[in-house]
Amino acid sequence: MSLLGHLSLWLAFLVGLWGAITGFAGGVQQRRDLQQSARHATFALFGALVVAVVSLEIAIFRHDFSLEYVAAYTSRNLPTFYLWSALYAGQKGSLLFWATVLSLFASLAQLLTSPRHREYLPYVAAVTCAVAAFFISVMLFAANPFERLGFMPMDGRGMNPQLQNPGMVFHPPMLYLGYISITIPFAFAIAALLTKKLDSEWLVAVRKWTLVSWLFLSIGLLIGMWWAYVELGWGGYWAWDPVENAALLPWLVMTAFLHSVMIQEKRGMLKKWNLALILGAWLLSIFGTFITRSGVIASVHSFTQSSVGYFFLGFLVLAAVASFTLYVTRLPLLQAEATLESMVSREASFLFNNLLLIGIAFSVLWGTLFPILSEAIKGTKITVGPPFFNQVNVPLGLALLAMTGIGPLIAWRRASLPNLRRQFAVPLTSCGFALLLLLLAGMRDIGALIAFSIGGFVLATIVQEFARGARARHRQYGEPVILALVQLLSRNRRRYGGYIVHVAIVLLFVAFAGMAFKTETQATLRPGETATLQGPDGYTYSFTHLGISQYNSLNREITAALVDVRRNGKVIGRLRTEKRQHVDAFRNPTFEPSTEVGIMSGLRVDLYVVLAGLVNGTEQAVFRFTINPLVWWVWFGGLVLVVGGLIVLWPGGGVPPGTGPRSPRQAGYAVKLEAER
Amino acid sequence: MTAGTKFALGAVLIVGSVGYLMASGIRQTGQYFLTPSELAQRVSADPSFYDLGLKVGARVVPGTVSKEMATQTLRFHITDGTVNYPVIFKGLPPDTFTDSVEVVVEGRLQKDGVIYATNVLAKCGSRYEAVPKA
Repeated sequence: MSLLGHLSLWLAFLVGLWGAITGFAGGVQQRRDLQQSARHATFALFGALVVAVVSLEIAIFRHDFSLEYVAAYTSRNLPTFYLWSALYAGQKGSLLFWATVLSLFASLAQLLTSPRHREYLPYVAAVTCAVAAFFISVMLFAANPFERLGFMPMDGRGMNPQLQNPGMVFHPPMLYLGYISITIPFAFAIAALLTKKLDSEWLVAVRKWTLVSWLFLSIGLLIGMWWAYVELGWGGYWAWDPVENAALLPWLVMTAFLHSVMIQEKRGMLKKWNLALILGAWLLSIFGTFITRSGVIASVHSFTQSSVGYFFLGFLVLAAVASFTLYVTRLPLLQAEATLESMVSREASFLFNNLLLIGIAFSVLWGTLFPILSEAIKGTKITVGPPFFNQVNVPLGLALLAMTGIGPLIAWRRASLPNLRRQFAVPLTSCGFALLLLLLAGMRDIGALIAFSIGGFVLATIVQEFARGARARHRQYGEPVILALVQLLSRNRRRYGGYIVHVAIVLLFVAFAGMAFKTETQATLRPGETATLQGPDGYTYSFTHLGISQYNSLNREITAALVDVRRNGKVIGRLRTEKRQHVDAFRNPTFEPSTEVGIMSGLRVDLYVVLAGLVNGTEQAVFRFTINPLVWWVWFGGLVLVVGGLIVLWPGGGVPPGTGPRSPRQAGYAVKLEAER
Repeated sequence: MTAGTKFALGAVLIVGSVGYLMASGIRQTGQYFLTPSELAQRVSADPSFYDLGLKVGARVVPGTVSKEMATQTLRFHITDGTVNYPVIFKGLPPDTFTDSVEVVVEGRLQKDGVIYATNVLAKCGSRYEAVPKA
């Protein structure tokens, strides 16, 4: 099987090169046969890579440890569930997974793109094939998943216990899907630059793909946060680790694009900016891959340092130079069709939103690279950690949150004073009211107060938008309020789906701000002894150590502690936390021991218990008890975000017939509403 | 003043505050990342490096780790091959912390020559991969 896999990798490599060459040539020479060939190459590439993936999975399931990859990441006693995820548990397999998903997206782009954008497709095929061929070349020349050991070990080394978690089965593929799918908008951008067809047509072709990758990136980030929270046991979900930052960077840039693209659609402005954002987002995704795989920057996530990093660095530099050159030569074609008319306009507020997003992205990039930069310039390595990222990004994030509310309230082109008064009266009152309530409730943390009251403001703006839209429908068509709301949402999916995403952003910010009230204690307890902790929700929580049990499971030896939890003296549940020592089939220990966290999740607080260890093998145990406020809202907010994103993405129902881009009927909600009154 | 100029002013304001926040953030929270030899050099040249929050990247000296579970105190030595520092850390070490692993110790070097750590990160270059058996 491994021979077949190896051969299909070579086949995919050659087909990828062929697709790249015929795509470019077919586009330049306008030759239909070559264009057709490039299209077919994309499909063939996908076919060959699927054969490679299937071969690798078969080898994994057959425990063919003569393959270095299978021996390194699996073992006979690994649960079946994790045999699947072994495909992307290691460097080499994840490269194969990456290339395969890219070829799938590339094929879908060929199939799903509407005929009126056909001119872009040869170049799209060329770019996607070239990128896939690069990934395959890394496998063939530096990290071949089908490499043989030359002998057959009795058993494999097994999978790192921290990857043996359901979150880890879904987090990498989701994040990869996000990363990889950015290649499609990038390919369309390059195609638009090459064909010089830079009107808003390519935006239409590219918008849904951007949204798809934004959505996958969001899901990947959220599952990653969840995994860090339940598996790593340090009590939080975001640590500003370089690898987390690398995934956040393209997300920020894509978010900026999803907003600024509206200005180009409606007003024909920001063409250069939008193209730059797409190119930048893709380059950042390759940069993220480089960071993750090169070991240049110390991170808990890094794969083993290897030559693979140099491949990516070379590719990154080459791609950056090529796209920048192409971009610069096309700048004269990217003139804006309109100018900014007023500071108090939707355009201006979107521009500020973009500046803030890019500002955040820049500071995150700077902080991530600072150790390298300071060493190169000053000769001393200076590191910045979470305090830096929080200090910079909390104010910027709060400003951005405020813009989430302000932007949609301001009319396009130029807002009038009565218009502003009408739009802002209710939301500003709600904001003040929220602030007053929180002050009366005794909250004194400045950051949280600002975050919560801005959150109240934004929520009020969204409720107001929904209420006005529903009322207008109710008056005009006599629909009952509930029906009017549903119709409103399904007729204007992009806009109202977007508002739902904004609701999610508010929930997430509120949840992040809640972490300011985290409390924590460590205690060494004998069975029967109790530790107490004052919760930020006003209750007193007490934790009673019930005892230790030790037993063997399939591939691990477990030491478990049970803890009774009381709130104000009343028992509310029992938590279980474990230390696991993973073992191989001969019950020899593999890897370092890992911790299983006990979590009791609630709307107000999460109770988070970690067993740190036993004192000299007795039942006396060391625990860390943490009370994390509002964490549930991160996961709920994430769900709302995904739902909102899916509503926007759902086919049909977007633009009503007869209203092409930039038609006056779409010229902004406030204007439209005045007319309806 | 045209809308474009006003916008430019707003943009300068945003870019300026991002720049200011970053500069002050690095000034206030940036930490030296040194090897034990570099730390020894700096301390002998400039005593203000005592009691300064910094990070030291080194390897744990095998056989020097002692864990006292009851008081949650971890003692070990770190070295880069030439200079050796004892470290005292109160708290829970990460799962990946073992003998001879590479660590990043965050803390302060005191006049008694001991680094009092506030955080210990086990920098396991092969986090996702099993350590090859010797």
